[in-house]
Formats: sequence, C-alpha cells, structure tokens
Amino acid sequence: MSERASESSALKVTDLTKSFNGVPVLRGVSMQIETGGITAVLGPSGCGKTTMLRLVAGFLRPDGGSIEIGGQLVTGPSRQVPPEERRLGYLAQEGALFPHLTVAQNVAFGLPRRRRKDVKRLAELLELVSLDLSLAGRYPHELSGGQQQRVALARTLAPQPRLVLLDEPFSALDASLRAETRSLVAAALAAAGVTTLLVTHDQAEALSFADQIAIMRSGLLAQVGKPRQVYDDPVDLPTAEFIGEACTVPGIVHGNIASGALGDIAVRRPTGAIGFDGPAMLMLRPEQLEIHRTAPADGSLARGVPAVVSSVDYFGHDCVVTAELPATAGLPATSVTCRLLGGDEVIPGAHVSISVSGAALAYPIDQETQKTPAGWMPTGDAPRTGAQLSSDRSLPR
Amino acid sequence: MRDDPVGAGSTPPDRVAVLPGRPGRLRPERALRTPPVMLAVALAVTVLCLIPLGFILFSTLTAGWDTVRRLIFRPRVGELLVNTGLLVVLSCTATAIIGTAAAYLVERARVVGYRFWGPLLVAPLAIPAFVTSYGWISVFPGIDGLFGATLIMTLAYFPFVYLPVAAALRGLDPAWEEQARTLGLRPLAVFVRVVLPQLRPAILGGTLLVGLHCLSEFGAFSMLRFATFTTAIYDQYSSSFASAAANMLAVVLVACCLVLVAGEAGLSGRGRRARVGSGSARLPDARRLGFGEIPALAFLTLLVGAALAVPLSSVAYWLGRGSTSWAAALSTSVTTITLAGLGAIATVVLGFPVAYLAVRYRSGWTTVMERLTYIAGALPSIVVALALITVTIRLARPIYQTTLTLIAAYVVLFLPRAMVALRTALLQAPPELEEASRALGMRPSATLRRVVLPLAAPGIFSAAALVFIAGATELTATLLLSPIGTTTLATKFWSLTGSIDYVEAAPYAAMMIIISAPVTYLLLQQSRRVRGR
Repeated sequence: MSERASESSALKVTDLTKSFNGVPVLRGVSMQIETGGITAVLGPSGCGKTTMLRLVAGFLRPDGGSIEIGGQLVTGPSRQVPPEERRLGYLAQEGALFPHLTVAQNVAFGLPRRRRKDVKRLAELLELVSLDLSLAGRYPHELSGGQQQRVALARTLAPQPRLVLLDEPFSALDASLRAETRSLVAAALAAAGVTTLLVTHDQAEALSFADQIAIMRSGLLAQVGKPRQVYDDPVDLPTAEFIGEACTVPGIVHGNIASGALGDIAVRRPTGAIGFDGPAMLMLRPEQLEIHRTAPADGSLARGVPAVVSSVDYFGHDCVVTAELPATAGLPATSVTCRLLGGDEVIPGAHVSISVSGAALAYPIDQETQKTPAGWMPTGDAPRTGAQLSSDRSLPR
Repeated sequence: MRDDPVGAGSTPPDRVAVLPGRPGRLRPERALRTPPVMLAVALAVTVLCLIPLGFILFSTLTAGWDTVRRLIFRPRVGELLVNTGLLVVLSCTATAIIGTAAAYLVERARVVGYRFWGPLLVAPLAIPAFVTSYGWISVFPGIDGLFGATLIMTLAYFPFVYLPVAAALRGLDPAWEEQARTLGLRPLAVFVRVVLPQLRPAILGGTLLVGLHCLSEFGAFSMLRFATFTTAIYDQYSSSFASAAANMLAVVLVACCLVLVAGEAGLSGRGRRARVGSGSARLPDARRLGFGEIPALAFLTLLVGAALAVPLSSVAYWLGRGSTSWAAALSTSVTTITLAGLGAIATVVLGFPVAYLAVRYRSGWTTVMERLTYIAGALPSIVVALALITVTIRLARPIYQTTLTLIAAYVVLFLPRAMVALRTALLQAPPELEEASRALGMRPSATLRRVVLPLAAPGIFSAAALVFIAGATELTATLLLSPIGTTTLATKFWSLTGSIDYVEAAPYAAMMIIISAPVTYLLLQQSRRVRGR
C-alpha cells in the first residue's frame, strides 16, 4: 500500500448535518475510523445513527459536511458519488437477499460478469462465513434467518469493499441465533480484515463486537473510545446510563472523597473534566455495590451503610434489589438498585447494608436546580431529583 | 368496455395498494437522482393524459357562453340527464347490494362450494357488457329501456363490487367482530355496526366503477335502445362529426363523471378502512347459515345463471345455428390481437416509469402525475376518442385515424388498471434490494435489469394481460378512431348485431369471450396480492 493511502483513514466524516422535513437528525457529526478496525455507533433509536450510515453509503445526501472514504472525497458540498461507485459493503437489517436468485447467484451478484461463475471464489466466501457449499443452490427462503444474514455478508464481502457498513444486522434475528450469528460474522470480518462500521442500539452487541465505540445521542456524538474506556470513563451521566447499567446517588465531593447516602466513598472525575468540589451525582456500576444481610434485631453492621429493601425482581441467575437509603445530613432519602447473584433470601422489608468497592465517578450538579449544568448533558434530560434517583436503566432489559 | 381490476382503477391508488414497510422507520427521502429517462417518459404520459381534459376545457372556452347555453340547457340534455342519472343510481344500488351479499355469502357464511362460487362470481367480467345484452335480447327480445339497461349493467358489473368487498372481508380482523359479540351485539347488529363500516370504502370504490361504466357504456345501450350521453354523443358524431353539439354533451358527461368521483371521495371518508397490509394470519370463523343456506344458494345460482349462463348459452345457441363467418372471425381476431397487443405493450412500457416514480420517488410531482393517469382513465372512452380526434385533426393531421392514435387512446383508457398491477409488482422488489444492488456496485440501469424487472415480471405480465383483454373487447374508442378498413371483434360484432344478424355475430362473441376468459384468474390473483400477501 502506498505511503499516502496508509496515512489516510478508512473513513473520515466531517461535520455532517441532515434534517428531515425541518427536523434535525444529525447536528454536526465528525468521526474517523482507522483501517482494519470495527467501530460501533451506538445510540437509542431515533438518534440519527442509521441516517449517518445511509449518508456514508450514498443513499442520502447530507445538508452539510463531507465524507471521505480511504482518502477519497465521496460526499461534499459539490460532490455526491453514487453508491455503486463507492466500493462499500452495506448489510441491511434483514440482509436484503435477492429472492429470485440462489445463494451462489446472490453471493456473486456484485462481481464482474466473468467471475460470477467462479466456484472456487464462491467456496472461499461461503467458508469465510462458515456456510457449507451445499447451500449454494438454495433460494433465500429456504435458509434460516442466521444463514440468510451470513449469505448477505458473503455477498457484501465478495467484491472486496474498502469499508463494510452494518445496519443493525442482528436485530431481526431471534435471541438464540443472534449471539451465534454475531460471533460468526465477527470472525468472518476479522478474517477478511476489512474495516467495519456497525450501527446498533444494543450496547452488549457494541461492547462485544467492536474495538471502538461511538456513542450517539440526538444527532451528536457524545463520546468515542475503546469499549473499556467508554464503560469505565463515560463522559457524562446519560452516556454512563446508556452504556451498561448505572446506579446514581447524589453526594458532596471534597477532593477524592464524596459524602452522601452511601457514606464517605472514594470518587474520581471523568477524564478531561475540570476539577470541581461540591454537589455531584455519583455514578457506580452495579458490580461495585455489594449487599450484606444483617440481623434485623440488633441492626449492627459489618460494613457499609444500612438500608431497607423495598423490592426484589427475581431473574433466576440473579436478582435486582432496590433498597432505600435513609436521609443523611443535607441529602434526602435515596434508593439504589444493585444486582445480587443467586437467590439469597433477600425479601422486601429486610434490613441490609450496602458497601462500595472502587471509586465512584462524580458528575457535578448545580445546587440551585439540582441538575447537572447545561453542556454536560446534550440531551437535556436531567436526572430526576430526590428520592427516586436510582436509574431506570440499571434494571435488566 | 372499460372494466377495471379489483375495483381500484379510478380511485386513488393508496386505497388499494398498501406499501410494505417496517412501521416506525423513517424512510421518506431518497437522495438518489430521479432517473432522467423515466422522468421523460412519465412527463410524456402526463401530457397524453392531459389531452382529454384539455379538450373539454378548450371546447367549452372556445364555444362561447351563448353556444354553451343553447346546447346544454335544452330539453334533450335534461332527458339524457334523467336517463343517465336513474341508470347510475339504480345500477349502483343494485350492484352494491348484490355484490356485497354475494361476497358475504362466499367469504363469511362459506356456503356450500364457496371455493367455486368465487371464480364464478368474477367470471362475468370476462363477458363484455354488449355480449351480455346480446345474450339477453336473444332470450327475451322485449328487453329494453331503463329496465333492460339497469339489468345488463348490474349483471355485467356486479363483480366490481364483489371483488373488493370479498378482499376486504378476507382482510378484516375477526377480533373486532368477537369484541362486538362479547359486548352484547347480536350477529346482525355486528354486521351493521362493525363489519359494514369497514366495508364501506370497498363498496363505494366498487360502485364508483359501476357508475363510471354506466356513463361510458355504448354498445349495450345502443342494442337496448336506451339513450344516455354516450349514445347521444355517438349519434351526434355520426351525423355531424366533431361538432360543438357533441362536444357540449361531452362536457356534461365529464361533469357527471366528476360528480361521481367527488361523491365517492366525499362518502368514503378517511381512516375508516380496514387494517390491511400486515393482515391477520387468522382466518375469521365461518358464520354458518343453517337453513338459510338454501335461499342463499338459490340467490347465487340465479345470479350466476343470469350473468353467466344466459349470455354463454345464447352464444352457444347461435353458434349451433351454423354461422358462416368463422374464417372472417379468425382473421378479425388476428387484427384485434395485434391492436390489443400493441396497446398492452405501449401501456405497460409507458406506465412503468409513472408507477416506478410514484412508488420510489414519492413527491408532490410524481403523485400528481400518477393521479392524472387515474383521472384520465376514468373519463368515458367516447370523450377520450373525441378529444384525440379533435387534437389530431387540428394539430397532427398525419396521425389522424391511424393505429398510433388508437393505441394512444388505449393507453389513456387502460393506464389505471395497468398502474394497479404495476404498483403491486413493484412491491415485490422493495427498495432495500435496490440499495443492496447499488451498494454492490450496480448502476441504476443494471439494478433495474438484474433486480427490479425479474422480481416485478409476474406483475408486469399481468398488467399487460389486463390491458390486452380490455383492448381486445374495446368498442367505443375503436369505432371512432380505428383506421378506415380496420375492424376488430368488437366493432364487427356490434355492426352485425346492429343489423340483427345474431347467427353471424356469434363467432365474434365467442372469440371475445375466449380471449377475455383469463381476466377472471388475473383479477382474482390481483385481489389476493393487493390485500397483504
């Protein structure tokens, strides 16, 4: 590969904006993907992620901004390369296999005419997606959903695209097929060594599938980073709550310690945040919280702060316990939710104690409004105050 | 004859064709450039469809108010209005009742042999109305006037109501009826308060088609000696060519036509239609009639007997009398098949871009283009013929009375039924597949050739077949527009029955019925496909 090509990134999106009927869907998205990796754009439905993918594919034209693929400008103020000239792979939700063509004809669809009958290439491609060559003569309706999706991937990879775009490719599959298909697809993409952009609303999918995650919210990218980084160091509270489960309690930060309903606990601040002290929202991952049963009579505590269980949702392998923390100086009563492995006999009304391991992430809040200051949360959906601060998202989906 | 499939042709398309699509997913916009060739063809079609409407406007404006008043406000026009109005009201009422009742008996009550009644109740559409009236006059020579006209129109066109109502009944979610029963309604009350409102758009759409055919029909009425605007325009035309008097009658006829279309739109309302598209997988339970089944079967037998057996046995009877015109009928068939085939190809080739743009590049303009084809197709064929005669004489003399003009008339007249089938065909090739093809490096033309056309082929074929059959039995426009010396089955049959030569006419009737027979299958097929697959 030439020096110049290796310097340019596989995909560079600059300041992309797009509205539908006056409603802004993308409000200035910029991102860059290096060659060879898998990037997932993760966001709730309606955040604009599919629109972005369709802009990259060339099915839509943006209102502003530019798109470069492998250093070549494909979308710009006065330039719109049609989709068939972008040398991209695009895999849609349902795979969009051509119903009138066999598996072999589907896979060979994008190849030049003389190579469409090349059985060796077909066998390679089917092997890449772990499908047997014996399926080659079947029609799409004779395949299972997972097989269809893998054939669609083989078809996408056949013309050796510079970049593969996946639009929620597993969401149409049922849960049992999804995990299997996902790992097979990931293996095929890794084997092909092709740069991939995945769009999904499923955080588990994004975390396990991608080596870079971009969180999108309301048409903006909130954070881009490695999965571990985004999970451990979310840039703001909505991001924290979107990626993984989050448990939030109010507290007052002094240096590296915060005092609040959970007692005095260690805190850290999100990377890049300005050092601050004062009222804050403390975010903990459920694995950082531990519930201990205490004898209701004496009320003596081994560790942590006392709490009263208000509800228990049982899920077999574990259960989600909601517990009330009593009011402390200056702070109202709060409830927290945490997971408890196994079906220990924690029942509503039980007296427990809750301890914290590791440091909580602190996000500042404005004392007047009890809200995090504007700018911290692009969505503007501030956490509710007072007694019900435990996050809805910490409940299992 | 301008029978229209699935009772859909003249009503706006979105009443019938339900676009697939995942609910809740925003996909209103396509940035891809509108294909220029398609756009050019669609524009040409739009211009062609504007000719009849333009002709009506033009002849009103140039005639001047005095002429208009003199030619329109006179007793003869009043008489025709009364005749036509009564005919429309009576035929629409009769077909609405008969078509709905038959559909209910077959789809809901599932009378004995309901699988066979379905096709039998659609089959009358394969017999042109003027052949039906020929059959009836042969058996009952005294039939004429308003009664005869209403009878023939009802028997020939009740399937226009039957088809959409049967389809609506099939698509109706049984949960609503069950809900009504649990709320304490008796079966009759359930039908009146729950089922009937859901069927309303289907019934109204079907009766609109019946009404438009009443306005347009010529052959049957001239046989029954019943005067309507269409027969009057024809008489006027044969005595004084394209005169102001004929044009003014055409203006009134088009006004009647618009009143019908507007009336249907006003009555059917919005948002009342049964949920279709996704469709309920569960088939509603049969509502058995018990002893009521005997009168029900008697009714269906009588209906099929009158609409099918009478004309068919008349044709058979006259054939048995030893007709000598078989050879002539065969050579006329060749001409007819050629003309109808050209018409079918032209209509589908020209209609495809309009349907494609309307489905894929939905916008104000493409919708207007599509609607225009429906409006032009709803106009009586005599008006379309008069318009093309006037325009070719004034502006394009070399193509006056040529095959080209006749084909143009077929295109205008039969575009609506082609559009319904083409739309359905395009639904077989969803945009996701086109996008997949584009992303795989195929240009729009290659995508069309390798993805869209193969998938849409069955629908395109049935569109062509429907137009072909309609063209093969078309009478009015062919009479007025065909090149001198060209006769088709319909025109020859009409002139033979005009001179009461029923024996010699029989082979022509038989050929038309043979050519039209597949329409039964095509329309049944289409009504199933249109109502959620």
